[in-house]
Amino acid sequence: MAITLPRLSPFKSDRPAWKERPSALYQTLKGVIVVGISLAILIPLLIVVSTSLADNKQIIASGGYVLWPMHPTLDAYKTIFNGSLMFQAVGVSVFVTVIGTAVALFTTVTMAYATSRPTLFGRPVLLLVLFTLLFAPGLIPMYLMIRQLGLLDSLWSLILPGALSAFNFVVMRSFFMNIPAELIESARIDGASDFTILRKIVVPLSKAVIAVVGLFYAVGFWNAFFNALLYINDTAKWPIQLVLRTYVLQGKSLTANQLGITQMPQPQAIQMAVVVVALVPILLVYPFLQKHFNKGVITGAIKG
Amino acid sequence: MILMMVPGVVFLALFFYVPILGNVIAFQDFQPYLGITQSDWVGFQNFIDLYSNPDFWNALKNTLVLAAFQLVLFFPIPLLLAVMVDSLISNRVRKVFQSIVYLPHFLSWVLVIALFQQALGGAGFVNNMLRNFGMGTIPFMTNPDTFPWLITVQLIWKDSGWAMIIFLAALASVDVALYEAAAADGAGRWRRLWHITLPSLRTVTILLLILRIGDILSVGFEQFILQRDSVGAGAAEVLDTFTYYAGVIGGDWSAGAAAGLAKGVVGALLIFAANKLAHHFGEPGIFQSKAR
Repeated sequence: MAITLPRLSPFKSDRPAWKERPSALYQTLKGVIVVGISLAILIPLLIVVSTSLADNKQIIASGGYVLWPMHPTLDAYKTIFNGSLMFQAVGVSVFVTVIGTAVALFTTVTMAYATSRPTLFGRPVLLLVLFTLLFAPGLIPMYLMIRQLGLLDSLWSLILPGALSAFNFVVMRSFFMNIPAELIESARIDGASDFTILRKIVVPLSKAVIAVVGLFYAVGFWNAFFNALLYINDTAKWPIQLVLRTYVLQGKSLTANQLGITQMPQPQAIQMAVVVVALVPILLVYPFLQKHFNKGVITGAIKG
Repeated sequence: MILMMVPGVVFLALFFYVPILGNVIAFQDFQPYLGITQSDWVGFQNFIDLYSNPDFWNALKNTLVLAAFQLVLFFPIPLLLAVMVDSLISNRVRKVFQSIVYLPHFLSWVLVIALFQQALGGAGFVNNMLRNFGMGTIPFMTNPDTFPWLITVQLIWKDSGWAMIIFLAALASVDVALYEAAAADGAGRWRRLWHITLPSLRTVTILLLILRIGDILSVGFEQFILQRDSVGAGAAEVLDTFTYYAGVIGGDWSAGAAAGLAKGVVGALLIFAANKLAHHFGEPGIFQSKAR
């Protein structure tokens, strides 16, 4: 047994007994890296929010982007929400995300549960799903399929193709397989049908996994941009990401006409306000994602 | 139970298997108004045309260059991050840092590039500072020669935290008793790292490397389509964007399908080859562990 002298110090440390005390250099280095990376991620986000809230004078004075608004104002937000453009975009994104997540969860849960127990055709169907991990049908055939189904320019073209993600499927199936067979069996003996078992036993037990997978789907739907670019031509049906791309990335300026106002705040403030609208839902949802996100879910997925 | 699988199977049929069959237009001279059944068959002509198309070779070249950058520069970083985070003593610091570091994964590429633009763009934060100090501006986001570096930095910023999780999970599953025993035997931190920590990552790393190599032709898509206009197609065109611009925008459906199909087939071959390679190293590979 190694002999470690007790550290006579008022500072409690989580360090286990077998670990040596790291050198000051090493500690500082780690600290610098951790803080550096954190700042590299947080500062751009801070600048975005600050610039969207800053008043014109400060933006002009600082050359475009501010770190902290001295005299915060909601002008930029009022401006972009004055016309119908933003409302429509947000509406579209919310619709696609909410309905999409519901459809995706329904499809994924049923498929995952059905293939997690020995079922007639269960094995071949499982392989069919896993096979999708290896290939993608291709852009052109997908486009032609959507067209064939008459979904071009329809919001359903943004929802239906995302109904089953093989990754989320694997996570959920791994979880379902770990549900004790006795629970299911005793319900079956009592005469419950498969659907009833799913509804009354499996789902309540799986709240955490369903929450995480649901959030993954939701984030995916909210962030999707290319499918809208490909399938939607009607600008009234554009989701927020497409609006973001057109007016922030491509730098098209929102005309006073489109916004329905007479005087414009600085373009950077407006652009950053649009960015914030796309950003905020993710930030809001993130703590919930974290809460349900425990190692168990992910490790299970890796093993599976 | 069979009834339960119906929604999923319908989905798979409509949005995966039937479209895969649709790749048949790669062997046709597809005209949308004629449809698949009426369009002429041209055999491998489309593929031959692809090979003589300089834009295709440019896209292929870019794809491979970017894949190499990603493999060499991006792949090791999450691993290093995981080892470092695993060695952090304080649980609080660890949790907070993890939360911060995988946040960017959940942002859309549109958002990420917008963020990069306001930091590194011509009118962005950094260049404003440079201007204020009287120095010239640096065209971070519009220089086609440094484009692969820009892409890799963006990818690192966005996804290292997320990729780190998988490695962290592998590290966390190592039995602490191993470390204790090693320390008791006199192994210092570097020997413990070499003999315990790194080997425990071997399986996961090889698995991820296989998947990555098999996927090598898919270097990303949204990231490129969003920046293609800023740096020009010469630097930003990859196989997937080529398929889009030639096929959908250009209206040459068969060429686009041919490119997509070629990419899919080569990609599949690569995955199988990489899997065989993994077996060679004594690792289970991706199929055995999945077939349950």
